[in-house]
Amino acid sequence: MNLYVLLKQTFDTEEKIVLQDGMIREDGAKFIVNPYDEYALEEAIRIREASGGTVYAVSVGPERAAEALRTALAMGADEAVWIDDRHIADEYGVSRALAAYLGGRQVDLVLAGLFSVDNGAGQVAIRVAELLRLPHVGSVTKLTLSGNKALCERDAEGDVERVEVTLPALITAQQGLNEPRYPSLSGIMRAKRKPLHRLTPEELGLTPEDLAPEVLRISLSLPAARRTGRILAGEPREQVQALLRHLHQDDRVI
Amino acid sequence: MLSRTFLIIAEHRDGRLRQISGEALQAAKRIGGPGDRYVYAVLGHGVSVASRKLAAYDVERVIAIDHPDLAHYHAELYADAVQRIADTCGADVIITGHTALGRDLAPRLAARLGWGLVSDVTEITRDGEQVRFIRPIYAGKAFEQKEVLKDRFIVSVRVNNIPAALPVEADAPVEELPYAPALPLRMVIREVVRKIAGKVELTEARVVVSGGRGVRSREGFRVLEELADALGGAVGASRGACDAGYCDYALQIGQTGKVVTPELYIACGISGAIQHLAGMSQSRIIVAINIDPEAPIFQVADYGIVGDLFEVVPLMTQAIREWRSSSVAD
Repeated sequence: MNLYVLLKQTFDTEEKIVLQDGMIREDGAKFIVNPYDEYALEEAIRIREASGGTVYAVSVGPERAAEALRTALAMGADEAVWIDDRHIADEYGVSRALAAYLGGRQVDLVLAGLFSVDNGAGQVAIRVAELLRLPHVGSVTKLTLSGNKALCERDAEGDVERVEVTLPALITAQQGLNEPRYPSLSGIMRAKRKPLHRLTPEELGLTPEDLAPEVLRISLSLPAARRTGRILAGEPREQVQALLRHLHQDDRVI
Repeated sequence: MLSRTFLIIAEHRDGRLRQISGEALQAAKRIGGPGDRYVYAVLGHGVSVASRKLAAYDVERVIAIDHPDLAHYHAELYADAVQRIADTCGADVIITGHTALGRDLAPRLAARLGWGLVSDVTEITRDGEQVRFIRPIYAGKAFEQKEVLKDRFIVSVRVNNIPAALPVEADAPVEELPYAPALPLRMVIREVVRKIAGKVELTEARVVVSGGRGVRSREGFRVLEELADALGGAVGASRGACDAGYCDYALQIGQTGKVVTPELYIACGISGAIQHLAGMSQSRIIVAINIDPEAPIFQVADYGIVGDLFEVVPLMTQAIREWRSSSVAD
């Protein structure tokens, strides 16, 4: 079974965002594998451990994305592919590059995170499914393979849907799918000898025109600081009375 | 500029329109002008009530596809159906909610149609002819302004951010298109387990009562549920509470988890890690209840109560119930 995991390197979720010259400052920031992609990767490794196959971790990104791919190899991926994003500006371009790569491969299952914790659009994986004409199941919290079918439980705004999809297919991982492992020391050592391929869009047959963006970021801003609040004094009963009075009379939220 | 057609994907549940339906129409009108055409699309099984309600809005018409296969969201069937509706009305722009449905459908449609897509938009501004889309990144730690470079595009808008358009007692025509499924079907829905039947959905709630590690147990969350019920709100949780097994991950609010922007957010026993603040700090009013006066949550709270949530929250619930019953008596 050929298992492909789409993976993005993101800021650690405990990082603060600082703007410098209109850009997000990256100096000194800690980078991680996007947490949702970690669930996807963990699931792919478990499937391989249970029924064999090969796990490929694929990332479109800047050069530092290779660190995230090394982590994926250390967790247990067999091979990694880094696609240089130098001429890619939006989700459209990323999905075109991934589809160009996967289109030439024998794919059984593609796994990706529900969204990335940086841009948070959740577009790329589903775009890839459509470009490859694959069915997809989004927001999966449980996955069981049975022959050429995948039985999935998905989270649909609190409801749970049980769906069955015929492979090849793409799924996106939601929290709760599994508990990702930490790379072991021997895994980290082994990862150094595993293949990490580098590809450019040109090598995938894509011209800069093919990757011309559909949407453009114009500017960035930080949220306005919240005004300082007040700590309510008194006995609990008085605190609660004061709180409810403010919420009702001043803020009109109850 | 030539007149454009905006197709707005309505959402409904149990015959009731979801508020995103009105919000998505309002978003369309912020992008378009009075000379443009606005069309509602509605999909599902037994959508006649929803269609009639949509016809009361200021739209040119409502286009429905009504079939048992569409009773629940299905990525490919919905993408096919919306594509047919878009062809029928000559849509130039499609607006969806960034909901369970919209966030799954919009990228599929964008890739299929070759249109641009701006996801999870919280604000739309205009600079002359140029429309700018504002959307949170890093779960609200920062915002980006975007422009669309294509004539045709899709926008998914976040619930609870753009004020909803209201019905105007219009009587727009409702047109029904026949259902024409794509074959063969590669994905089948076997079962849908309704977990929030009769309750308010978390991202849509106007009031969220949220618990952290300080709630200490699964049973502890009952106290929060009672307050949420009294306020007509929903219950959420921090990552710490979910990791500790006090509640389902479906309730998690934060950079991993859901982002909520209710009118009122009540954080109970939540310390306020950066990753949690990212998911709730755009709420209009924030209340924090925590035993630890140094908890970072107090730095973003409009009102803080330093105290035991198991004492404070039941007092709030009781006060609200008494107040409600006395105002009914008035």
